[in-house]
Amino acid sequence: MRPILLSGHERALTQVKYNSDGDIIFSVSKDHVVGAWFSHNGERLGTYHGHQGALWTVDVDPTSTLLATGGADNTMRLWEVKTGKLLKTWEFNTSIKRVEFSPDGRQLLGVTEKRSGHLSTIVVYEIIPDPEAEQTDEQSLRIVCDESKATVAGFSYLAIYIIAGHEDGSVSQYDAKTGELLFNTQAHEADMQITDLQWAPDRTYFITSSKDKSAKILATDSLEVLKTYTTDTPLNSAAITPVKDYVILGGGQAAMDVTTTSARQGKFEARFYHKVFMEEIGRVRGHFGPLNYVAVHPQGLGYCSGGEDGYVRVHHFDKPYFDFMYEVEREQANL
Amino acid sequence: MAPSYENLPIDDDEFDESQIDFTDIEEQYQVRLDEGLDAFVVVDGLPVVPEDNRAKLVKFLLRKLNSVGRVKDDGVFMPLNDEGKTEGYAFVEYNAPSEAVQAVKQLHGTPLDKKHTMAVNKLTDIDRYGREGRIEEEYYPPEIEPFQQKEHLRSWLGDSDARDQIVMFRGDKVGVFWNEKEDAPEAAVDRDNWTEFFVQWSPQGTFLTSMHAQGVQLWGGKTWSRQKRFAHPGVNLVDFSPSEKYVTTWSHKPLQVDENHPVPHLSLEEDGKNYIIWDIATGKPLRSFTTIDVPSTTDAEGNPVKKKMQWPTFKWSSDDKYVARMTQGQSISVYELPRMNLLEKASIKIEGVMDFEWAPATPKRDGIKVYEQLLCYWTPELGSNPAKVGLMSIPSKEIVRTRNLFNVSDAKLHWQSEAAYVCVKVDRHSKSKKSMATNLEIFRVREKGVPVEVVDSIKDTVINFAWEPKGNRFVLITTGEIPAQAAVPPKTSVSFFCPEKAKGNVVGNFRHIRTYDKKNSNAIYWSPKGRFVVVASLQSQQSFDLDFYDLSYEKPKDEKDEKDKDLTANLQLMNTAEHYGVTDIEWDPTGRYVATVASAFRHHMENGYHLYDFKGNLLREEHIDRFKQLIWRPRPPTLLSKEEQSEIRKNLRNYSKLFDEQDLAKKNTANRQVVEQRRRLLQEWLAWRESMIEMLKEEGAEIELNGGIVKKEDGETEETEEVEEIVEEIIEETEEVIG
Repeated sequence: MRPILLSGHERALTQVKYNSDGDIIFSVSKDHVVGAWFSHNGERLGTYHGHQGALWTVDVDPTSTLLATGGADNTMRLWEVKTGKLLKTWEFNTSIKRVEFSPDGRQLLGVTEKRSGHLSTIVVYEIIPDPEAEQTDEQSLRIVCDESKATVAGFSYLAIYIIAGHEDGSVSQYDAKTGELLFNTQAHEADMQITDLQWAPDRTYFITSSKDKSAKILATDSLEVLKTYTTDTPLNSAAITPVKDYVILGGGQAAMDVTTTSARQGKFEARFYHKVFMEEIGRVRGHFGPLNYVAVHPQGLGYCSGGEDGYVRVHHFDKPYFDFMYEVEREQANL
Repeated sequence: MAPSYENLPIDDDEFDESQIDFTDIEEQYQVRLDEGLDAFVVVDGLPVVPEDNRAKLVKFLLRKLNSVGRVKDDGVFMPLNDEGKTEGYAFVEYNAPSEAVQAVKQLHGTPLDKKHTMAVNKLTDIDRYGREGRIEEEYYPPEIEPFQQKEHLRSWLGDSDARDQIVMFRGDKVGVFWNEKEDAPEAAVDRDNWTEFFVQWSPQGTFLTSMHAQGVQLWGGKTWSRQKRFAHPGVNLVDFSPSEKYVTTWSHKPLQVDENHPVPHLSLEEDGKNYIIWDIATGKPLRSFTTIDVPSTTDAEGNPVKKKMQWPTFKWSSDDKYVARMTQGQSISVYELPRMNLLEKASIKIEGVMDFEWAPATPKRDGIKVYEQLLCYWTPELGSNPAKVGLMSIPSKEIVRTRNLFNVSDAKLHWQSEAAYVCVKVDRHSKSKKSMATNLEIFRVREKGVPVEVVDSIKDTVINFAWEPKGNRFVLITTGEIPAQAAVPPKTSVSFFCPEKAKGNVVGNFRHIRTYDKKNSNAIYWSPKGRFVVVASLQSQQSFDLDFYDLSYEKPKDEKDEKDKDLTANLQLMNTAEHYGVTDIEWDPTGRYVATVASAFRHHMENGYHLYDFKGNLLREEHIDRFKQLIWRPRPPTLLSKEEQSEIRKNLRNYSKLFDEQDLAKKNTANRQVVEQRRRLLQEWLAWRESMIEMLKEEGAEIELNGGIVKKEDGETEETEEVEEIVEEIIEETEEVIG
């Protein structure tokens, strides 16, 4: 598995995403630039300029028509993927930590940071999936997180719920129509921030990663913890692989501690765990800073990771990856 | 903003303190007020004399009393009874309270003549302890507690799989675990904050020692209950006698024991002392000592040299009968146990003595039938006298053997574990004092007349030396001259020695087997059973090598090395491993496993441990945050006789067959369990997924069921697009020279 190194960013990567076809990778970084890359060879497709601050988040709609980004310049922006044209800018009081489209691409969600008198909120806009259309300024929903600030959020299947992960390690389920808090559970250790939340392909379950050095799979309906993956390092990201039942975890020593220790013990590796058996099956080295995000190809053909070191590493899985099976899985497959 | 002190809300709750009964607390924490009577003592046990002789008695008494301080003029008051006789006691006033304290300390219990023994107490104490109501008038016999069955302290030896135990100290947790080879060790006990500083096993593994600010505690038995407690405030180090009968505790701070600082089991006797030697069975102190200040020396440039404290300071003979301490440069004091009296009431004067070591086992010297223990010591060159190494027999104090040495700059004493040899590693300087070399002077203790064999073929300085336990081979590490201010430590060489083959039942001369050059090694760890040895690089920044050697390697017949055929060893480097950040190496007591530790006591990089088998195969590695200590639980010496042991060795093949079967069975059940568990997990997962997909179908969630792909609105006629990708691949490259 020889990775392709995307070295187009000048500062730490904050999020990387595949589009639904898996042929394009979008990357955002603290250098204010959004990048788009061909996933199969790492060639740069283009960049999206306009943001005035570090970027925290990116998402692409299911038809690869619209791209949403959010960053430290307190704006959330909508772009046309094909042309790089800025379609819409929404302004806020604080920075945008997370954006995500609903499964049908007709709603866009943003998570705002808590700062200087402004509480953290989750806002939702109705989106017209047409680059020519005028997008609305009106929020269809606004959820205020007064307990603990939201760090990550996303739409469940059919956009019934909005699931959010919080700074205090808890996970909340909101009604996506009314914004009512339905349920909150302390999924991770108290006061250990949830750093990422990524969905399974059908959005009936999701994986959260946390600074408490673990990642967990929760059921969307019940918020029941189904699986727990324990590691020895704070985690920044976790992804679920389609096709094979694996999860990929990324993290490493907090960026501020890195200079005081050797790269050897930074634990800057992508870790593969078996999703069902919760056992570690492998690690991929390469980054020399913590991994800030891992994203999986929607057809499960590869994955890419964005690191604090400013690089995106794109990996295409080899045959042994697909061939590997536990004894009991083989039994199951032969039934 | 925090409220300032003035603005603090006043607690409105009316609360009447006078309602509470504090008497019990008052009694417990009664403060002794300075009553101005501190300079008074009461002397009791005096002879009863008529008034005429009183002055004479007072005069006699004053001679004694004035030996510790000054009694005030007219400071002795000896009352008379109705018959005109003294009462047998006197009140004495000293000039200062401190003198009164000294009088109590030094004069109490002094015999005056055959019949009378003086009892000296402070007046305030008489008042305090002898007050009415404090002492029961009637005698009640002390209640004898009913006998309680104690736990078996060696129950761990009865493990059916003969597993060994390990204590691990990580973070604030201390746990004792069963070694499970490559699997996670099974916890026998795991407690938070079990110790404050470190843990230590007693030499035969009976007790686990925990160190606290208040003292030392011993734990043991199946339930890990507290067995003994030794109160020694500020204790720093602890040392057991070899048979676990006694224990020495040491604190760098002198003990403070007085009435305001009472310590359980300690009396005024212990005030100001640093060392206490305890009897483990009773939990009571036997005797206490103060630290002897080592005269500070200066190095060549006249800077004071910081002396490392020698630990253990009190060294035990192998059978717990004697304990000895050296006063550097002067003498060795040998104490007999359990009375702790100085052997023959005098220290053994040895001028200039620098170091000494007891034989680690009762020596069996040729032709010596009487009981003896041996100790070995050395003295440096003094004036025109040469340096000397001596062997002394205890209790006779007879010097068995001495040897004169010249140009000695330092010497180290290394006993072989069975006291068959003692090797004196002598660092010698050349006449000009510019270059250094090392000699090994090996005393063959068991042979008639204790012959000394000299190994002087070593050019470089020997930095480490170790005998094979229960064997007669040894390893040493040498290094060349250390250049001043070198950033990289110099390379070292590891040399192996063994005796030659000799006819009859004798041990031949020591011969060099082989030297491995260009190493970074600096530490030698022999298997406790001998034969195997790990040579490692510890405390190094760059290198973390572990080399596993076998000294009795069985080569295939045809490959026999002609060169080594007259040696009693066949050296083979079995394996080399690396453990990043290794700080400690621990062999298990059976010599089957080696644990290497990266301890948080020394650094914070990848703390944890590795477990190897004796061949150097890595069985297990675990990284644990703030991992501090890993120590194998020692085992007591075997109860089997020599014959029984050799019988077992002969039938080893049969036994090992059995063990292999057991191991296999265990592995199979473990594997089966794991597979079962996985099967269950997979079934559960698949069932759950099925229910979810069912639910999505009912909800009509097409996008989700389709893997998140949204069909385009006008996508009725899905147009297909062909993408052509040109891949260029170089199959061959040839270079042709034209023209």
